[in-house]
Amino acid sequence: MELIKVWDIPGGVHPPENKTQSLLEPLGPLAIAPQLILPVSQHIGAPAKPIVEVGDQVLGGQVIAEADGVFSANVHAPTSGRIAAIVEHTVPHPSGMTDLCIILDTDGKDDWTPLSPWEDYAERNKDDLLARIRESGIAGLGGAGFPAAVKLNPRANHPIDTLIINGTECEPYITADDVLMRERAQEVIAGTQILAQLLNQPERVVIGVEDNKPEAIAALRKAAEGSAIQVVSFPTKYPSGGEKQLIQILTGREVPAGQIPAAIGVVCQNVGTTAAIYRAVRFGEPLVKRITTVVGEALQTQRNIEVLFGTPVNFVLEQHGYQHKKASRLVMGGPMMGFSLPDLSVPVVKTTNCLLAPSKKELPPPEPAMACIRCGMCAEACPVELLPQQLFWYAQAEDLEKLETHNLFDCIECGACSYVCPSHIPLVQYYRAAKGEIRQHRIDKEKSDRSRRRFEFRQDRIAKEEAEKEAKRLARKKAAEEAKKKLAEQKANTPAEPKPAAVSTQDTDKQRAKLERLLASAHERLKKAEQPLAEEATDEQAEKQAASIKQAQLKVSDAQKKLDAFIASQGENNRQASSTEANDPVAAAIERAKAKQTMSPEEKLRNSVESLQKRLQKAEQKVIEAKDNKPDMVEALQQGVDKLKDKLSAAQNELAELTPAAAAPATPANATPDVAQAAIERAKAKLAMSPEEKLRSSLESLYKRLEKAEQKAAGAKQEDSDKAEALQQGVERLKEKIASTQKELAEATLSTVAEETPQDPATSDAASLAIEKAKAKAAAMATMSASDKLRNQVDSLQARLEKAQARLEKAEQENDDNIDAFRTGVSKLEEKLATARDQLAELT
Amino acid sequence: MLETIAQHPIAAALIALIGLALLFGALLGFAAVRFKVEGDPIVEQIDNLLPQTQCGQCGYPGCRPYAQAIANGDSINKCPPGGQTTINELADLLDVEAPTLDEEHGEEADVATVAVIREDECIGCTKCIQACPMDAILGAAKQMHTVIADECTGCDLCVEPCPVDCIDMIPLATSIKEWRWELPAASHEQADNLIATDQGRGSEQNSGEAA
Repeated sequence: MELIKVWDIPGGVHPPENKTQSLLEPLGPLAIAPQLILPVSQHIGAPAKPIVEVGDQVLGGQVIAEADGVFSANVHAPTSGRIAAIVEHTVPHPSGMTDLCIILDTDGKDDWTPLSPWEDYAERNKDDLLARIRESGIAGLGGAGFPAAVKLNPRANHPIDTLIINGTECEPYITADDVLMRERAQEVIAGTQILAQLLNQPERVVIGVEDNKPEAIAALRKAAEGSAIQVVSFPTKYPSGGEKQLIQILTGREVPAGQIPAAIGVVCQNVGTTAAIYRAVRFGEPLVKRITTVVGEALQTQRNIEVLFGTPVNFVLEQHGYQHKKASRLVMGGPMMGFSLPDLSVPVVKTTNCLLAPSKKELPPPEPAMACIRCGMCAEACPVELLPQQLFWYAQAEDLEKLETHNLFDCIECGACSYVCPSHIPLVQYYRAAKGEIRQHRIDKEKSDRSRRRFEFRQDRIAKEEAEKEAKRLARKKAAEEAKKKLAEQKANTPAEPKPAAVSTQDTDKQRAKLERLLASAHERLKKAEQPLAEEATDEQAEKQAASIKQAQLKVSDAQKKLDAFIASQGENNRQASSTEANDPVAAAIERAKAKQTMSPEEKLRNSVESLQKRLQKAEQKVIEAKDNKPDMVEALQQGVDKLKDKLSAAQNELAELTPAAAAPATPANATPDVAQAAIERAKAKLAMSPEEKLRSSLESLYKRLEKAEQKAAGAKQEDSDKAEALQQGVERLKEKIASTQKELAEATLSTVAEETPQDPATSDAASLAIEKAKAKAAAMATMSASDKLRNQVDSLQARLEKAQARLEKAEQENDDNIDAFRTGVSKLEEKLATARDQLAELT
Repeated sequence: MLETIAQHPIAAALIALIGLALLFGALLGFAAVRFKVEGDPIVEQIDNLLPQTQCGQCGYPGCRPYAQAIANGDSINKCPPGGQTTINELADLLDVEAPTLDEEHGEEADVATVAVIREDECIGCTKCIQACPMDAILGAAKQMHTVIADECTGCDLCVEPCPVDCIDMIPLATSIKEWRWELPAASHEQADNLIATDQGRGSEQNSGEAA
């Protein structure tokens, strides 16, 4: 076995060791405190998760908080007792802040859970050993608290050739490891062997101890006899105990910046941790206590104690005669790297290697810092060869970039620079603050990058939404414009309204055709109404027929009127070249006509008359039947028939009164088809006339009608008829009409010089004469028998035919426009005459 | 060849110069195409230094527009969330004197804040959601809203639009993990004007006079 060469580290300082005070007394036990405060985070990594609840009774060695992941460590109950609380409590941390703690009220019995010792641990496999170490909650006891199991399970790409057990303990005052090595050298060596086993027996297994601990070295060497473990001593210098520094001293290799020792094939563990691993593996004891140095002039007793985790610092101090007034402050850890405790209620934890209660003389408060004089002593003292001055300047200027380029993160915060600074500048504090700043800056940077991404994503999203909206808007706009264009085109194609001349030819033609069709259909209906009359000749039938004929006549005249109005308006349009009103009167007329068609009271009356007639027929049939079968019922039936007859006649009277055209004739119900025919002819004649002519002709016809009416009235008076009065009224009405027509005519003649065709008044005269005659005949016929009626009819038809033929001849001679109408009239008359004659022949 | 050069030294020199000019011209032209830089890289760099709260306190609608403005010559001390650190970094980048923060745009907050919605008072109007530049507020119309604290930059922009004032800016609590050491400024300032040799000098002089 070759002896290991000991290297030197750069820099370093030699502060007063002060290690003797605490070694005067042997390692002592400490009473169990009434209350233990167990932080769930006593190690580096994720805090353990409490698995007990308030009020639970726990035994010593029981897990009360479970490791949360690999980078974590279990927390065990150091003794038996009851969980009093799980709360935030001040923890030993430079910030003096609180953290989650499990408060255990001890019962003083110190009952333990049964442990499972492994006699044969040397034969156990690696995984079992690691699991046992992990379960025991072992974290580095040197100061950092790194979970031991993680460190002992290096990655496969890091082959380990050197195992170093750190017994250096370079900080002044602290003697905890020294005492451990002296008193429990066997445990340390056994623990080292377990570690070597875990790391597959590395080439070198070295325990490094500073040469200021000769007793510990001797004890270890004695214990290590016969094993491959080398106990190496090297010159005392602060900070040789730093992991990286010790590796450098014992191997000459430097751990690269930002990497772990395993990267250069080295694993380093503290002697305290090593002993704890042995106890855990061999006896199954979890990590619940440690050796801590309690030292300082403010204490009556200075010694090393084995203390349970969670024991409050003030409880420990009380046990050692702590004089509060004497103490300048209370430091956890050594004077170089420890930190002042703001609160003495904090507990002892896994990393607490020393409680230092110095007097004011011993450790005076830091002198006020003065300006850096650029002496460069800090650079000489730095064990990692940094440039403390530069770092100081950059830290002051918060130039984080420069700090990083000057490798601030390689600083081990040993405090050597501060120690040597003649200006008492708290350099380490600057570095710590700067490190914190940089870490924060990195976090902020990460967050700001995330924020930027989120913001940009949001902007993109909004832009996209806007674009979509815009696209939709454009599409809608386009559609609207197209629709507008179409509309405009349509308007251009149909300049109907603004250009009257263009419209009228087409439209008026249509209108005219429509009206003519209307007229034709009215004629058709009139014809139909006329036809059945020839076959049936009873009184009632005749009346009914007459009523329907009247209706047809009305329709014909209506259609005629419309056509007239239309033609008139068209003429006006042509003259004035204004088209807007063109359709209106026509449409209005049509509307009026339709309304009349549906709702005239006349119709209703006619319906009632018809139904009465039907009932009468039935009643009469019944009477006849009754005469044959039931003679006793006849009288009653006869009365019903009489009543019906009364009703019928009343309805007929009403109907007669309602039909205006038949106002003058006394018995409109007896009007013959001749009347209708005459009306048609007259209408046709009117069709061709100018308004002026029409007026004149109507005036003339009115004169004729007046004459006739007056004659009738006179006749009626002579006969003392009850109709005389009605006739007289008709006469008066006719007179009024004549007066108004004369007025109109005067107006018309004033505005236009109308040419009068000589034959027009003549024809119209003849027509109206015929009508009047027919009406008179009809009145006479009302009282006649059927055969008489027919005979009269035949006579009148013959007369009319003759007259019509005469007119036709006249018209042919003068080449009249109405020649067609005359012709049809003649032919119709001939037909009628023939049917009437046939009927007459049948009857007679 | 050499003879012709010797015979026509001026022509040879001219040809050589023209040849060189063409060669370098071609080289430069190639470099201009090959190493072309898209956009203004300085804006990118400035934007990287800004805190990305998108709070608009600088007067620009977000950090990038302000970065653009700085690149166009606007002053670099208009960012209160970034504070002096950002100003220093910007000054470094642009190689100008670092000014102090322009108080007109707000004061540097001592502690980071985060928006918190008092959820039982929220009426679900979605106004804060629209205002948030980070999309850090969750919620829907007539549903309770809440802030994703990790995404909130504490920009305050959601506070103003809230019709029921149910948004509070709560200072971020520093846990023991986030705690960091502070610069030991005070004691240092105090001793700034003292030199070790100055101490007790007056008394020495006095004693000297007495002697």
